[in-house]
Amino acid sequence: MPTLARRLSRRLALTLIAMWGAATLAFAGMRLVPGDPARVIAGGVQANATPQVLDAIRDQYGLREPVLVQYGVFLGRLLRGDLGESYQLNQSVSGVILDQLGPTVALAAGASALGFSLAVGAALLTAGRPGPRVVSRALEFGSISTPNFWIGILLLAAFSFRLHWFPVIGDGGLSALVLPWVALALPIAGVLAQVTREGLERALGQPFALTARARGATEHRVRLRHALRHAALPVLTLSGWALGELLAGAVVVETVFARQGLGHVVVAAVRGRDFPVVTGVVVLSALTFSLVNTALDLLYRLVDPRMRQAAL
Amino acid sequence: MSRPLVEVAGLSVEFPARRGVVRAVRDVGFAVHAGECLAVVGESGSGKSVTARTLLGLAGPAARVRAATLSFEGRDLRALTPREWRLLRGRRIGYVLQDALTSLDPLRRVGDEVAEPLEVHGLATAADLDDQVVALLAEVGIPDPWTRFLQYPHELSGGLRQRALIASAIAARPSLLIADEPTTALDVTVQAQVLDLLDARRRDGTGTLLISHDLAVVARLADRVSIMYAGLVVEEGPAADLLSSPAHPYTADLLAAVPSLDGPVRRPREISLAPAARSGCPYASRCALADDRCRAESPPAAPYGPGRTVRCFRPGQDPPRAPETPPVTVPVTLPVPAESPAAERAVVSVRGVTKRFRSAGGSRRTAVDEVSFELRAGEALGLVGESGSGKSTTARMVLAEFAPDAGDVLLDGEAWSGLRERDRRPRRARIQLVDQDPLSSFDPRFTVQRIIGEALPRGFTGDRGRRRVAGLLGDVGLGPEILDRLPAQLSGGQRQRVAIARALAPGPEVLVCDEPVSALDVTVQAQILALLARLRRGSGLSLLFISHDVGVVRQVCDRVAVMKDGALVEIGDVETVLRAPRAPYTRALLSAVPRLAVGRRTAVPIPVPDMDLKGPT
Repeated sequence: MPTLARRLSRRLALTLIAMWGAATLAFAGMRLVPGDPARVIAGGVQANATPQVLDAIRDQYGLREPVLVQYGVFLGRLLRGDLGESYQLNQSVSGVILDQLGPTVALAAGASALGFSLAVGAALLTAGRPGPRVVSRALEFGSISTPNFWIGILLLAAFSFRLHWFPVIGDGGLSALVLPWVALALPIAGVLAQVTREGLERALGQPFALTARARGATEHRVRLRHALRHAALPVLTLSGWALGELLAGAVVVETVFARQGLGHVVVAAVRGRDFPVVTGVVVLSALTFSLVNTALDLLYRLVDPRMRQAAL
Repeated sequence: MSRPLVEVAGLSVEFPARRGVVRAVRDVGFAVHAGECLAVVGESGSGKSVTARTLLGLAGPAARVRAATLSFEGRDLRALTPREWRLLRGRRIGYVLQDALTSLDPLRRVGDEVAEPLEVHGLATAADLDDQVVALLAEVGIPDPWTRFLQYPHELSGGLRQRALIASAIAARPSLLIADEPTTALDVTVQAQVLDLLDARRRDGTGTLLISHDLAVVARLADRVSIMYAGLVVEEGPAADLLSSPAHPYTADLLAAVPSLDGPVRRPREISLAPAARSGCPYASRCALADDRCRAESPPAAPYGPGRTVRCFRPGQDPPRAPETPPVTVPVTLPVPAESPAAERAVVSVRGVTKRFRSAGGSRRTAVDEVSFELRAGEALGLVGESGSGKSTTARMVLAEFAPDAGDVLLDGEAWSGLRERDRRPRRARIQLVDQDPLSSFDPRFTVQRIIGEALPRGFTGDRGRRRVAGLLGDVGLGPEILDRLPAQLSGGQRQRVAIARALAPGPEVLVCDEPVSALDVTVQAQILALLARLRRGSGLSLLFISHDVGVVRQVCDRVAVMKDGALVEIGDVETVLRAPRAPYTRALLSAVPRLAVGRRTAVPIPVPDMDLKGPT
């Protein structure tokens, strides 16, 4: 399918542009913040580094060059996949990210699986059924309007401190992941459930749903085989948004539950102005976003055959 | 006669509404035998679809269904559990809805949709399911069924989609087939093919319940006809009798509203379309025969000749023919051409216009191919053809919505299509559009006053503007009480009248009407056609009237141009073209038009070539 190939190469080009933009913004952002990077590298203002040490650092990191040259060097490294060295952690940025990626991915993947299942389950059970619908809507509004950290604190208070069902802190396996998953998943599930239910209800009101019923299809079949696919379209559109929520939420949830992870790293890096680490995480996020959106684009065409013919 | 397949007596269906209840179906009774077709006819809101859905137990969760008898194949439907209903649906009763684009799930393959009843009722093994489905597709006349099997509904033409929908309805060999407006929105040639398909099922012994608003469609297929109005069956009887000698005034009005291809052009009287009366006979508010008794008490169903019943105190009486409505007195600002309407001056000249569009695959499709014609001052020119024939594209170019790729359009002998929009704008008022679906061309938050007022020429402000809007509404037969209504609060006919009033507001010479009546019930349609004819006689407007329905064109137009695949195949006086069509395509088109003359039994094979069968892709 030549159109698909063309479309994919276009998406790829866009991905590169997005990553370049994100890297440039991160670069500019860190330069605009007042303060001397050399001091940061030397351990901050409190470290009282001697001018000789600072000069050495400037030479080593190329901080004396004009900004444009530094930018060029930065992009050149990025092209080779070299994210540089952390100013503070004495470790390559890729190393830092790889170390911390695992816990964050486990958190985000589990939370999105939980969020989507909750949303679709709730929507399937309550669409077009006035009684359950009211209850579900109330719960959704609650979960949407409660911030992650508050949900996390409430969960900790109830299930860890009082009931002792789950550990308060620790990376010891799955049981420590349950509460963070729930805290991260609930706000997303609330929004997605509303969108899914609306999509289901619209589909169930269409003539094809009536036709399916007139063929003797059960309510289950009408919902699962017919309506759900229609409801999936707006949900797919929102998935990109949900990914952003997951990344932002991960920062908060990792802090509340004192977990390892990228969120934690980013908070520390921004606070300490560890420029290479911040840039690395930003570029990685941009890449993730672009790839996920390309995947969603393909999924869209998979779900809706009408999109396959549509011109670019 | 054997026991009927379906027996219904005393059926009433109510829906709770904000105030009280809506009595959608009242005391309805009928029977359908195996191999017989009963047609239920009425305008939208008459309760015909609700009646059909009640037989499937699908009237809706809020519906309150009561009936003295409601039986199918000897079983009492009133006592069925949800599970028993499901075993009936699709298995013993097939259901075909109108508009297969939305009635087939657009996200599922055609084959999966057709297979659903077989799967649900366990009538096929996994091994032979596909073969069965393909056989079904072939049975309903879908060419190349293996290809269609894998395609999606949007990849099929309207006719093929409707066939696929019928294939899925008959998959489990039901003994009753319910078809709810199965041919609405289809081109006449395709319509004829779909009706033939239903007729074939009926001849094979399937009982058929046909729901339609179109008596001409019904005449082809029905053995018996049941006319519904406001939830009541006002008349029932054998199709031939009922259509040739209607007993109820409503039936007579419905028949009079059907545009015909033969006989003198009937100028329908502008029957009132008042809402159904709440007490007494519901039709009294619209009936030309109604007297005090009709308004006071509801007539009971009484026998009228063999096998017929009617709910009327004065069955079979001819309504007094209202004197033909006089031509409208010319509204002040409508321009009256100096020349007589017969003058040969061309207001619009279309000279060899061609338009190509890029299709999804990247190839170019010629939508309009070197079309030339003239619209003369004061004349009404009909443009007929099937969907995709390029008639709307031509109209859009006449309106200078986009420029032709070749050729040009002149307005009043001056350049029109070639101008820059800036130079065209001052003359835009001269040519106005009436669209098929006014609801989507109105701002839903504008009142009628504002919708029409917006289109007035400069200078009509304040009181003067309001008076002018009220005057325009009067011209299209609407009272000032609707000035403050929103589009959603208007009926279909009222909306189309408002659309016409808006088109008249700038004082145009030319009205382009793009399928202005194809979304309307026949009675409303007749009204709008009468209105257009009256406006034209009164003001010397020129009409470019686009329609897929030759009968409708005949009602309004002097000349007709026939389009096929982007080209103009024939143009001439309406009567000449209808009586002696020269192009083979025109002949095919005319022979496919359903006629009221009940001639089905002679089963003349319709010489319609498989025009629809090519389908896209």
